[in-house]
Amino acid sequence: MAATPFVEFREVTKRFGDGPLVLDRISLSIAAGDFVSLIGPSGCGKSTLLRLIAALTPLTSGSISIGQRAPEENMSDLGFVFQEPTLLPWLTTARNVELPQKLRGVSAAERLHTSQRVLELVSLSEKADAYPRQLSGGQKMRASIARALSLTPRLLLLDEPFGALDEMTRERLNEELLAIRHQQAWTAFFVTHSVAEAVFLSNRIVIMSARPGRIHQDVTIDLPYPRTSETRLSRTFHDLVAEVSRTLRSV
Amino acid sequence: MRPGFRVLLPLLAGAMFIALWYGIHRGLSEDFKFLLPTPGAVLAAMHDNAPALGRATLNTTTGALLGFASAVLLSIAFAVLMSLSSLIRVSLYPYLMALQMTPVIVVAPILVLWVGAGLKSVTVITFLICFFPIVVNTTQGLISTDRNLVELFRMWRTTRLQQLIHLRIPGALPYFFTGLRIAATLAPIGALVGDYTAGSSAGDGGGLGFQAVIYSSQAKFAALFATAIVTCALGFIFVAIVVGLSSLALRHWHESYDRADQ
Repeated sequence: MAATPFVEFREVTKRFGDGPLVLDRISLSIAAGDFVSLIGPSGCGKSTLLRLIAALTPLTSGSISIGQRAPEENMSDLGFVFQEPTLLPWLTTARNVELPQKLRGVSAAERLHTSQRVLELVSLSEKADAYPRQLSGGQKMRASIARALSLTPRLLLLDEPFGALDEMTRERLNEELLAIRHQQAWTAFFVTHSVAEAVFLSNRIVIMSARPGRIHQDVTIDLPYPRTSETRLSRTFHDLVAEVSRTLRSV
Repeated sequence: MRPGFRVLLPLLAGAMFIALWYGIHRGLSEDFKFLLPTPGAVLAAMHDNAPALGRATLNTTTGALLGFASAVLLSIAFAVLMSLSSLIRVSLYPYLMALQMTPVIVVAPILVLWVGAGLKSVTVITFLICFFPIVVNTTQGLISTDRNLVELFRMWRTTRLQQLIHLRIPGALPYFFTGLRIAATLAPIGALVGDYTAGSSAGDGGGLGFQAVIYSSQAKFAALFATAIVTCALGFIFVAIVVGLSSLALRHWHESYDRADQ
């Protein structure tokens, strides 16, 4: 782990208006290159945690720093993949992927270059000119990931991106996500409900408890990368899944 | 359905309708035959009155187009304004309703007083009739943007203008076209009613509404039927153009166009 953390939460508290406490004194240090999964019962504030990092909602107390800066100042190297693919239905896949760059005034030639590259990365090149309604659920999610990668993020936030997909598509996309990560150096926060998915992807799993959201346990996953479909069959993988599941049930 | 049937069935229904029409005409006693002139007589009247009807159609079309076009432009601007804040919406909506509730019959004489009888009044009346459906639908579209997409744009730190241009306006297009389609059916009717209530025949400026008044006063019933058919055709053309534009703008991406065309 690097000496200075890339993302640091210090005593972060969050409540919406006068509502109950959503996150209670969260302290967390994440090194650059970490793949962190957040897992926990619904209401544990794991999605809120991502939204705080993205500065989509203000924190109540405490502080968050990303590369030594506040979340609001740190927009350019952030990629967010929502639960829904959130593609604009009137734009083709390629134009959807190019949109964030277009909004930043990047030239058309450069945009095209990037969209071709990231669509290649998520194996969706042949659907570049298709509209979202012509894509399957898995393809839409690939497009959404490609769009997040188009800005070459240093930090990728994924909020249950594969929750709505079938098991096989989900596993394949998990493997592809790790393959992409192998080529690029980003740090990831990944919210999920699936223990197997969390174990497969992450080198750290933060297990949270609900009402108010607290960190229950921070588990290090010592499986070597690159991980493949073979990894899922290994003894160590199964033991880790069992261990995390047990901890999660005790929350 | 086989594509040929889509043409054949309406034609068949039309033929039956015309046969029925002739049948009823035949069944009427001589004294009442004038009430329902035969389709042949209507066509003949259309031919005989071609210059007058043509001129009137041109005048009505001009009024309808001008009123419709100005309604489209102003309603878009108004809808964008209304979409900016719920305060503006709440403040203006009652007056928008009031505008729609005021009957043309009452407005017409006022307009004649203000801008004079003729094309100007006809245009304003068409505008008044077309404005409301476009504004209401477009506003609804502009404020119905998917929350997740708004969040995405917020995360990209976009300006409100960027959000409007790249997100809200394209997203509102299906709603806009729904309003436009309603307005397109209303525009020729608006121009006709406008002409009827505030038209002017000075300098051959009369439209189809005026023509209807003339034929009715002269008891030219076949010509009156011919006027009705021309009006109907005009409405069809307006709607067809809007349906065509709507298809151009939406068919690639919107759910209302099924996949059969791809």
